[in-house]
Amino acid sequence: MSYMTINGKKIEFRSGETIVEAAQKAGIYIPTLCHLPRSGHGDVCRICSVEVKGQDRFLPACSTHAEEGMCIETETPALIALRKHILTTILAEGRHDCFMRAIPNSKSPYQIAAMNMPHREHACPSDGRCELQTLVLKYQIPVKDIVPEEGDFVLDNKHPMITRDFSRCIQCGRCASACNAIQVNEAIPSQFGRRAEKENWLPLVNYDNCTHCGECLQVCPTGALSAKKAYGLSTKKDELIKIRTTCPYCGVGCQQELLVKEGRIIEVNGVADAEPNLGRLCVKGRFGYDFIYSKDRLTTPLIRQEDGSFKSASWDEALELIATKFTDTIEKYGADSVAGVSCSRSINEDSYQMQKLFRSIFKTNNIDNCART
Amino acid sequence: MTNSFAHVRDAKMVFLLGSNITEAHPVAATFLKQAVRNGCRLIVADPRRTGIAKLAETHLQLKVGSDIALLNAIMQVIIEENLYDKAYVEKNTEGFENLKKTVAAYTPEMASPICGIPAGVIAQVARDLASVQPAMLAYTLGITEHTCGVNNVFSCASLQMLLGNVGHPLGGVNPLRGQNNVQGACDMGALPKIFPGYEKVADAEARKKFEKFWNVKDLPSKNGIMMPDMLEGLPTKKIRAFYIFGENIANTEPDIRHIESCLASAEFLVVQDLFHNETSKFAHVILPSAAWSEDDGTFTNSERRVSRVRTASKAPGQAMPNWWIFKELAAKLGHNWKSNSSQEIWDNEVSVVAANIAGIKYSRLEGDGLQWPCTDPNHEGTTVLHKEGAFARGKGLFTPAQWTPPAEVADKEYPFVLSTGRRLYHYHTRTQTGRCEGLNTLLPHETADISPIDAERLGIAQGETIRASSRRGSVDVIAKITPDMPEGLVWMAFHFRENNANWLTNPAFDPISQTAEYKACAIKIEKIIK
Ligand code: SF4
Ligand code: SF4
Ligand code: FES
Repeated sequence: MSYMTINGKKIEFRSGETIVEAAQKAGIYIPTLCHLPRSGHGDVCRICSVEVKGQDRFLPACSTHAEEGMCIETETPALIALRKHILTTILAEGRHDCFMRAIPNSKSPYQIAAMNMPHREHACPSDGRCELQTLVLKYQIPVKDIVPEEGDFVLDNKHPMITRDFSRCIQCGRCASACNAIQVNEAIPSQFGRRAEKENWLPLVNYDNCTHCGECLQVCPTGALSAKKAYGLSTKKDELIKIRTTCPYCGVGCQQELLVKEGRIIEVNGVADAEPNLGRLCVKGRFGYDFIYSKDRLTTPLIRQEDGSFKSASWDEALELIATKFTDTIEKYGADSVAGVSCSRSINEDSYQMQKLFRSIFKTNNIDNCART
Repeated sequence: MTNSFAHVRDAKMVFLLGSNITEAHPVAATFLKQAVRNGCRLIVADPRRTGIAKLAETHLQLKVGSDIALLNAIMQVIIEENLYDKAYVEKNTEGFENLKKTVAAYTPEMASPICGIPAGVIAQVARDLASVQPAMLAYTLGITEHTCGVNNVFSCASLQMLLGNVGHPLGGVNPLRGQNNVQGACDMGALPKIFPGYEKVADAEARKKFEKFWNVKDLPSKNGIMMPDMLEGLPTKKIRAFYIFGENIANTEPDIRHIESCLASAEFLVVQDLFHNETSKFAHVILPSAAWSEDDGTFTNSERRVSRVRTASKAPGQAMPNWWIFKELAAKLGHNWKSNSSQEIWDNEVSVVAANIAGIKYSRLEGDGLQWPCTDPNHEGTTVLHKEGAFARGKGLFTPAQWTPPAEVADKEYPFVLSTGRRLYHYHTRTQTGRCEGLNTLLPHETADISPIDAERLGIAQGETIRASSRRGSVDVIAKITPDMPEGLVWMAFHFRENNANWLTNPAFDPISQTAEYKACAIKIEKIIK
């Protein structure tokens, strides 16, 4: 183990760790914005700058390795001034209307259109969980003095699930890294490097390579990328609940974090660092959840009538009928005249119960599951 | 899987067979793609030039159903050239001589015309595989959905044992399970021959144990029948009451016309599901289930990891959790089952009675879950099976196999081979993904994927609706011409009802696993003359 000092506190770190990683483990907060953990991406926005004793310039904590004996300060007046400057510049360069609603020219036409949609109080879908917004509040940026820069902004609404409103894009490059380094789809060209080249770069998608995994959506710190299907669904300022669960599709078993508002899932993300998926999801895992809200759902037991149509029944009636039919059949033709197929997409406990029913009550081993398709 | 997804990230060499991993297991694919970027060597055997095949150092574009010939020839070279792990084979396996005898005939020259791969390439792949230890082998349904599926699996296992690759973190034999809880449904004993925890129903001791545990008498000792036999049993009246929980059998099984006639002849059919579907049409009683995220529970993934599933919202109307439905039905039949939640079922029953998961309780599943075997409350779970070649059965047994062609091969009348599978944007019969906003936009209809050469010969244009027919049925489907398809092969999925591949597929099954030969049947394709 090696040691260094942050804000006067001695902390431990492992070789290869960055300053941010070491600080995080020690419970010390260093702001980050462009940094995308586990992808090697950072060193763009400089919000994470820290003072390192013996260095004549600030170093980005997200991409500087911790070194033995380093002596670091994270919140000096000079650093705070730098962060304020960075945040102010970012706000002026885009259309971050959550703060600048009263300021003329602070909205893009898309945002105005969005605000006119039903059920929306705010134009920005990330309001309340935007990392930029959080930092602007934390560093108390005087937003009313900001003069938005002139400029046209690109809106990419082609994707069926994701809106890309580049008036909120801060050119952090996280989406490009998520696409290239994490999902390895290379759908967002990242000819993107240091600040000098930043000027004209936008993370535009090459849809030929895009697998619609939405990893870019998950990592965007602002409202630039937003999910369409939850749009306008949560009207109240109800608390957002996070629920960890397991994806219902393929055999990888990705860990998901459901964002639930008013009892309804509004977004699905990967659980950071969780096995087996390390925060990643695919298109079905991320966007394949709303079938549960379909109006086609079966909502009552149904019994077939003489004429072939189905009639609603109570649970009592339906189960009574099944019990009688199965009992009669078994009495007349023996236990092996009945059979059942369990569901290999449902939970373990359901399959356990079904085989228990067949074995211990019907007394047959004619129980299988749909594993072979 | 003998190994874990985490191991894929650090793999040195991967041999992937019959797995369109970027579409069927997209997140696992991200790890493999990253590994390749970091220098992992990749060999892919697949009749199609899949997304992952494009990243491979060698793509063995073999003919459909020739896997055993390929694997035998690879093993023949490895044995012939003395490239196998002798110490490992000696210490940990048995039946080597038997294997050697069987594969001796499969020289690369002999296998080459069967596989459609030059002999030199086969020999080179054998040497490549032997040059890196450990190497990981992974496969999906391209290996199992054949009449020789079980033999395919045996051959994969033989190769890995021969190379001394089983029991290493970065090796192993790794089937990627198709559905989220195939592993779990099997672990729970939803199979005709085993109880939860894989104890055999034919074993009197096991029956005694379960009789005591469930407080019943006379558990049946005779193995049950598998699903294809159940369906066949409907028209013959061998099966008179049939209970289908959650599978849209009318669309997922081969030869839809035949399957539907079976279902129609059911004397009494119960369907328990989320939606009306093509199968529920035939039901006498339909029961509405709670869906994923409307109930607590557990899934077990391909790497044997038991993870929690949690409730986010309430099921609509009177839909109820499936475990509750079975419990209430048991009550109607005079049995009072005590466990009254998924957690109680798991903690008080499943984990008590199934030895390999005895150490797994809900209280231990808050984080990343646990991989079985996990036999006691302090057991950390198992990421690698058969550690260092210590096989569960003692020694690893080589089970050599002869190559057999698919049950139906292309001929004059049906000159194309049809192979089937799933695509990225949908899942199975679309009962769920078809009701998700956006996914239908990404893939609004089925296509028949064909090669440019065949398209040109038949005068088929991109996007043209063509007719595909087999001895069992015929569908009209949009042609997708892609250089990723080899000549003579057509590829379709079973996501859409009207042009579901299963109107065409052949209900021929592996004799042991009774898995259907979804990957090979003979069809013809033609222009539609108006
Ligand atoms: S779209 Fe979002 S993630 Fe991508 S560069 Fe812009 S702000 Fe960053
Ligand atoms: S959806 Fe996935 S593939 Fe498409 S741009 Fe975003 S990260 Fe890349
Ligand atoms: S967070 Fe470190 S430079 Fe942006």
